[in-house]
Amino acid sequence: MTGAPTREHFAGLRRLFRTTAVRLSAIYIAVFTVFSLALVVGVTHEAARVMDRQLAEAIDDDVETLTEDYRSGGIVRLLATLDERSRRPDAGLFHVVDPNGNPIAGNVAELPLQAVTEDDDEPHHLPYSRFEDGHETRHIALVRSFTLENGFHVLVGRDIGERERFRSVFRKAFRWIIVAMVVLAGLTWWFLARRVLKRIDQVSDASRRIVAGDLSGRLPISGSGDEFDRLAVALNDMLTKIGELMKGLKEVSDNIAHDLKTPLTRLRNRLEEALAGPEDAARYRGALEASIEESDGLIRTFDALLKIARVEAGSPTAAFEVLDLEAVAEDVAELFAPAAEEEGGSVEVVEDDRRHRIMGDRELIAQMLVNLVDNALKYGRHDDRAPDVRIWIEQTDRTASVIVYDDGPGIPVADRARVLDRFTRLEASRSTPGSGLGLALVAAIVRHHKGTIELGDADPGLRVTIRLPALEVVPDPD
Amino acid sequence: MRILIVEDDREAAAYLVKALKEAGHVAEQANDGDSGAHMVATGAYDVVVMDRMLPKRDGLSIVQEMRGRGDTTPVLVLSALGQVDDRVDGLRAGGDDYLAKPYAFTELLARVEALARRARPGEVETTYRVGDLLLDRLSHTVSRAGEDIPLQPREFRLLEYLMKNAGQVVTRTMLLENVWDYHFDPQTNVIDVHMSRLRSKIDKGQDRPLLHTVRGAGYMVRETPK
Repeated sequence: MTGAPTREHFAGLRRLFRTTAVRLSAIYIAVFTVFSLALVVGVTHEAARVMDRQLAEAIDDDVETLTEDYRSGGIVRLLATLDERSRRPDAGLFHVVDPNGNPIAGNVAELPLQAVTEDDDEPHHLPYSRFEDGHETRHIALVRSFTLENGFHVLVGRDIGERERFRSVFRKAFRWIIVAMVVLAGLTWWFLARRVLKRIDQVSDASRRIVAGDLSGRLPISGSGDEFDRLAVALNDMLTKIGELMKGLKEVSDNIAHDLKTPLTRLRNRLEEALAGPEDAARYRGALEASIEESDGLIRTFDALLKIARVEAGSPTAAFEVLDLEAVAEDVAELFAPAAEEEGGSVEVVEDDRRHRIMGDRELIAQMLVNLVDNALKYGRHDDRAPDVRIWIEQTDRTASVIVYDDGPGIPVADRARVLDRFTRLEASRSTPGSGLGLALVAAIVRHHKGTIELGDADPGLRVTIRLPALEVVPDPD
Repeated sequence: MRILIVEDDREAAAYLVKALKEAGHVAEQANDGDSGAHMVATGAYDVVVMDRMLPKRDGLSIVQEMRGRGDTTPVLVLSALGQVDDRVDGLRAGGDDYLAKPYAFTELLARVEALARRARPGEVETTYRVGDLLLDRLSHTVSRAGEDIPLQPREFRLLEYLMKNAGQVVTRTMLLENVWDYHFDPQTNVIDVHMSRLRSKIDKGQDRPLLHTVRGAGYMVRETPK
């Protein structure tokens, strides 16, 4: 039931005209018309010019022949030739007058006398009348006059009606072509724009659903592989990434809730308990000292979380400088060596005769190594002594590998990926102090330096391999 | 020593003023950027503790203004941000040291005292002496009661920094920053082990120890009275 156009119809139409496709089409049609017009005008003009030149050449040819005829056979021969020529199907017009201006021969009804008696160097246009089917008609001709030695004037010419007809046929055809083109283009654009609008509406609907909270929603893909599909695929990839980030964020907040709430609860309980018990200065002091320690732990966890967030946000690489990996590693080894030796272990950089350099943030790379060595010392312990920790640096092409390994118990294969996440603390390490953020920070620093981290088996022990984009290898200066 | 605390958290500022007074200093507080800038301009303070984020005016702009007019009063910049690039910003603006919130009071006190000492005029010392312990900065030698003590390069720098701040508490983070140039906390006891090694070289077999552990704060090189 379709009655008079409703308001929706008009709204739809307005929307259609607002689309980029329709606007572009309008501009396109205007430009195309102007160019076509210019082309047709140019072509017809050029064609007319060529036809004019052909006519002029024919006239010049006539003049030459007639002049030659007169020279060899006099006026009689000339008139005979004219008579013969005027019988041909493509006959032109001719007119001969004596020195006094009296017409001798010709097929022209009326002609200004002056046009015949004055000699021309080249053909020119001239309006004239001639008898056709019993009545006189006006024509335009291309003519040239010349004077014979006996004083007779001769005018020869060709009618240019042919050319004019050609022009008008062309114009008429062109008009129809333009109209047909506009109609066809309009129809094409109408369907095109409707199709575009339909796809856009689909995308808008889908994105509204997603905005409304359905993050699992995806934009429709028609399967045609057109630009809308490409856009939808890209946007869907983005939505997937956002979904992952949201999931990560949720995990982090869950972890924070757990790992920060637990010590906060402990802190509160301790203070409450101290308050509830007997008033004893030494007991109070003990509770307060334990509380400060607990809050220091909380602050450290917060700092570590913030630091990971800052590193992961990829804050500018302004602090990047050329780093000598060996030098950074040796500093870290030197920092930890006494503590390790105290407990029967060791921390050493395996010497190499080459220097490996990267572009990096010294603080972050040092922190990365500190965390790895600290982890190795803490969790790689044997029952009776600290482990032997080694830092080995090697390079293939433009990739430097920093390998930190120990001879401790290692990490089971199943747990290796997990330990890089925030707050992961393997059951075996629950009893030792730590926030579970050390390796997460290492992973963040590695990503910040566009590197990769891999946990492997040192057989026995854990081997952490970090690969970083490196500068060219240089020989050790020592 | 006169100390100005520019801090908008009145409770925190009052606590600092009280604790600094208990430590034997004269402390005053300003609670916003404008009054802070005004009080700094009187030039009546030995050290300024400046919070970064203040109402009315940014703390760093006050420090920049001070340096612009040639005021060299040492400034300890406080900030809740505490990341490496913030620290660099703070130092670039003209701050002399940087401390991230939350901090232990002992840490702040140690740093304020170290700043005040650094600002005291005097020629650059080439030797440090504490009791019978002598450190020569030019020849890189250390001796106690005339007897040479061989030290590793890092141990030398550790002792040099401690002796430069003799009589004052030096915290673990101060040692990490000044001796190792690490501006993060490794959260282990590694410094303690370095210190105990140094102590065994300096104080072993001596009647009067010079290298002291200050509980809950850090370390101090000091001559023990007879």
